[in-house]
Amino acid sequence: MSGKFRVGARALRWSAINVLLIGAFLALVSFSRSSTTAHAAPLPNLHVRAIPAFARKYGLPCSACHTAWPELNNFGQVFRDNGYQLGNERDSPIWQNPSYFPITFRITPNWHRESTDHLAIDSVPGGGTGSTLVSGKVQQNGFDLSGMDLWTAGTLYRNISFSLLPSSDSTASFHFENAWVRFDNLGGSAWFNVKAGKFELDNLISEKRFLFLSNNGGLYQIYHYDVPGTTNDFGYGDNQLGVELAGHSKNSYTRYSVSVLSSNDGNVGFTSGSGAPANRGYDVNLAFSQAFNAGSWGLERIGAFSYFGQRPTYYETSTNGGTTLDLVGLGNKSFYRIGVAGDFFLKKLEFLPLFMYGHDNAYLGTGGASTSALPPGAKAPAFVGGFLESHYYVNPQLVFFGRFEKIDVAQQAFVNAGFPSDYGNVTAYAVGYRWYPIMFSRAGLAFHNEYAITKSNGFLPLSGDGGGAQVFSTASPVWSSSIMIGFDFDF
Amino acid sequence: MTLKKVLVTFALGLGFSLLIDLHPGFAQESHVGNLTGNAGSGKQLYRRYCIGCHGPQGDGNGENAPWIDPKPRDFTAATFKCRSTPTGTLPTDEDLDHAVQRGFVTTNMPSWNPLTPQQRADLVAYIKTFSPRWKTEKPGTPINIPPETPVTIESVLHGRELFQKMECWKCHGPAGHGDGPSAATLTDSKDNPIRPYNFSTGSRFKCGETNTDLYRIFMTGVDGTPMPSFADVIQPNDAWDLVHFLRTLQSLHTPEEGLWKKYAAEHPSSIKPIGPDAGGQ
Repeated sequence: MSGKFRVGARALRWSAINVLLIGAFLALVSFSRSSTTAHAAPLPNLHVRAIPAFARKYGLPCSACHTAWPELNNFGQVFRDNGYQLGNERDSPIWQNPSYFPITFRITPNWHRESTDHLAIDSVPGGGTGSTLVSGKVQQNGFDLSGMDLWTAGTLYRNISFSLLPSSDSTASFHFENAWVRFDNLGGSAWFNVKAGKFELDNLISEKRFLFLSNNGGLYQIYHYDVPGTTNDFGYGDNQLGVELAGHSKNSYTRYSVSVLSSNDGNVGFTSGSGAPANRGYDVNLAFSQAFNAGSWGLERIGAFSYFGQRPTYYETSTNGGTTLDLVGLGNKSFYRIGVAGDFFLKKLEFLPLFMYGHDNAYLGTGGASTSALPPGAKAPAFVGGFLESHYYVNPQLVFFGRFEKIDVAQQAFVNAGFPSDYGNVTAYAVGYRWYPIMFSRAGLAFHNEYAITKSNGFLPLSGDGGGAQVFSTASPVWSSSIMIGFDFDF
Repeated sequence: MTLKKVLVTFALGLGFSLLIDLHPGFAQESHVGNLTGNAGSGKQLYRRYCIGCHGPQGDGNGENAPWIDPKPRDFTAATFKCRSTPTGTLPTDEDLDHAVQRGFVTTNMPSWNPLTPQQRADLVAYIKTFSPRWKTEKPGTPINIPPETPVTIESVLHGRELFQKMECWKCHGPAGHGDGPSAATLTDSKDNPIRPYNFSTGSRFKCGETNTDLYRIFMTGVDGTPMPSFADVIQPNDAWDLVHFLRTLQSLHTPEEGLWKKYAAEHPSSIKPIGPDAGGQ
């Protein structure tokens, strides 16, 4: 966390940015303490989930299951672990009014500003005569829409639950974010539940239910990071296809899961030639967490996870008319991610730390087929990183949040490629608040304000900001920032 | 900035936040086991979890109340169904904690077992701020529950006699289905229609699931409902007999049910129907 970076013509020390952002966060917290609170009451890439269909079904406010929606509290976690059942003999659909349909819409009209520097820009717009590529900044701003969630979930019968989430981007292009059926409490035990379909990995810190919405803040960098140059497409935050065996204690203080997943990062269809060629490999994810009661401080949880996967290094192909189709992945090589995470409450203050180590086989790092020899000097790429996130819940209707994230490349794939030693490193900050003027058992509305900034050394930010331009130089850090103001609503 | 400096900055912010997080004066407390509940902390939790049904004033008029059956509890009346204390008295803090922890089966009140014991104790403390009774009265003394008598066919049969004699069937129905002749006319203390418990559904009662819980329900009554206390009417041994009979009405494989089925198969002609014209066993 030491060192220097440059922003435009100014040089700032890490310490200055850290103090500024942390100080701003604490100042907001302090301010919020003195404000009068109301009586009781997820963006451009929209990763987050909440489902007031459950609130409608059970007559509970959003805050019953969420610390601040969409993040789950322990009551919500128990409800989810129980297969969306409260266990009050009213979980089966037969108890519902016949017209009840457990569906939720969610979208976020917003204004946002995206700024990314050190990109390759035409010196003459249009790339006309005399134009060269120069280092420049792309700044975009305006009113926009997030993607949309159209989510239905609940119980098909007692101890059989389901979820179906067609999700669109802001142009209404849909995909299945998740779709699964789960057989709950097998043998009458909460320790045995089996889920099949496409689902989120059993992350202690969920990216699908977190509080950040902006382009640069709306993802955990570490959940989508692969060392630049690797052919591994895995993202720990991506929903995966497979089956999961999971279990929990009655109050979900103890939780575990074991998943067997297709080695295709959750891409559906045995698509040939583009997208996701069929891969006959399988990955395994293991997760465990344990919570402890810390009295008036709240519930403290720690956990560990590990993901062991494989990815193809070449494909069985079909070439016809000059077009080559990738048919089936071959020559699988391994990778893994291991880490620890926590969720710690100090009354209204919550800390979410996560640490992860990632390692890819050298063939994945260099992009070579496993049938060929590795290039001279090739190494197995590895990275180490994590984040520290903090929330302050002023009341159920107002939350301040901040996050610091850091990823360092521990081992480059090529040791003699001439790249800077910090090529591929990422640093990210995000701060914001959400105010929920409407948080009833029928619908929710949040006013969301967020600022996020990331530094990716020599490569494009994971947010995709920059309008599609390439980096000007792999030797330069690319700064990308987002400001977002939006109305996040669901019904 | 070094990691140490970042941590120090966070620590200072944390200390500051905790310092200013002291709750303003709520004198009401609760005592559950070794825990002391704080009403100030409980207020925040109440807003988070309870307000939708029980309402901001604790009067059971939350936004969901019109669509909920049975209606949410009115804390301003300080009348509680599930107690260990005699009818008409305030429950103990443990009683309220058990109710929050257990939830109420077949109602919209879920089990709040996922909350920490301290959180539940805080909620109990805050619930007690809604009624002045908590300032002027003390909770009743929990009733004494003698050891359970042996489960025998004689006990079951005697319990069946009591079920007839005490006219339990008038509300709960001859077979315990909650369909007795008086069932349709029953209202609670707020004049809301209320249904007698149907023994044939579910494995739990609103106030617990064990034989001891069932015994306690007889003896304390279910305040705010037509279910009276039988503490002054039947002796403890009779109450246990009644418990043993009621267990035969449930769709569970209980020892009592086993005894009863065996007896009924062997003595079909000696079993008289329960109802207005019958004499019980």
